[in-house]
Amino acid sequence: MQRNRIILIFTILLVCQLIGEVITRLFHWPVPGPVLGMVILFCGLLLRGHVPEELGAVTGGLLQNLSLLFVPAGVGVMLHAQLLAENWAALSVALVLSAAITIVVTGLVMTWATRLTEHSGTEAP
Amino acid sequence: MIASPREIWVYLAASPLLHLTLTLVAYLLGDYLYHKSGEKAVVNPVLIAIAILVTVLLATGTSYATYFEGAQFVHFLLGPATVALAVPLYRQFERVRHSVPALLVSLVAGSVTAVLSATLITWVLGAPTNVIASIAPKSATTPIAMGIAEQIGGLPSLTAVLVILTGILGAMFGTTVLTWVGVRDPAAQGFAIGLASHGIGTARALQVSEAAGAFSALAMGLNGLATSLLAPLLVHWLQRWLWG
Repeated sequence: MQRNRIILIFTILLVCQLIGEVITRLFHWPVPGPVLGMVILFCGLLLRGHVPEELGAVTGGLLQNLSLLFVPAGVGVMLHAQLLAENWAALSVALVLSAAITIVVTGLVMTWATRLTEHSGTEAP
Repeated sequence: MIASPREIWVYLAASPLLHLTLTLVAYLLGDYLYHKSGEKAVVNPVLIAIAILVTVLLATGTSYATYFEGAQFVHFLLGPATVALAVPLYRQFERVRHSVPALLVSLVAGSVTAVLSATLITWVLGAPTNVIASIAPKSATTPIAMGIAEQIGGLPSLTAVLVILTGILGAMFGTTVLTWVGVRDPAAQGFAIGLASHGIGTARALQVSEAAGAFSALAMGLNGLATSLLAPLLVHWLQRWLWG
């Protein structure tokens, strides 16, 4: 039973992804299938009202090792050695600056917006 | 009769087993060094694993296609893992509900900043248009970014590389940069890192604190959605006005 539960959870994840892929392709939505699958599972959880224990365990294990899943695609760096070499200056400057600017802007806006909403919340009559 | 090492190598080099195992071993080694360093952000397990694998593949003359036949089993899990993000999103739903306006404002600001800064900098520095289109969605998580790149005339496999480099950069230096500018709240730190550097940033944020990890996962999911809606529009406008 316990083992079948794990298969069941994995099937649920795959079915959500599958439905997501079919719908996004059918209607030419700009959202990728797995993201719609995430929304579908999220709606399922809202209906259910809680996260079943096994679902929490399986997804926890998957997300704990999330960075491993990026390794195969990252090794693809060797495919684009020439393109990267030709544009290395533009790409490395853009990657470093854009990452720093994005992180700083998001962090500052979030701090500022949180303070603003909390402030107006406490001062409201 | 005992098989020669050459025969065994010919068999192994063509089977998915060898490269799947190599991927896991390289990652475990990176993860070991990360923990050994006292979990220092600059000792990034993904970067170490990629460096080891590229070195081994180049040294043995193995093509990326051959490598990927084995590694695709790991790569495939990105899809179900993206679906699995619904769980942390749901768990934080009650907790973040009251800060929805702040989250939405920072989501839009961050998402637009990520796309515009990357495209404008590469454009100013004279990169070709397919490279600019490839870097535009680099803050979204890999499957989303690759889908967007395909749609807007980029090279999906180049985008995958740029997404991962962005993730590694955010994971390595995100917390330090945020502390410099005075952002110390774990929620804001996690949200910023997850938005800019998706899953690799989220993996790092989870190590910093549970709250940072949760907000990072939330930002990663939301920015995947936001980038797939915003990036095609922004790149379309830039193409019309700047290099059309």
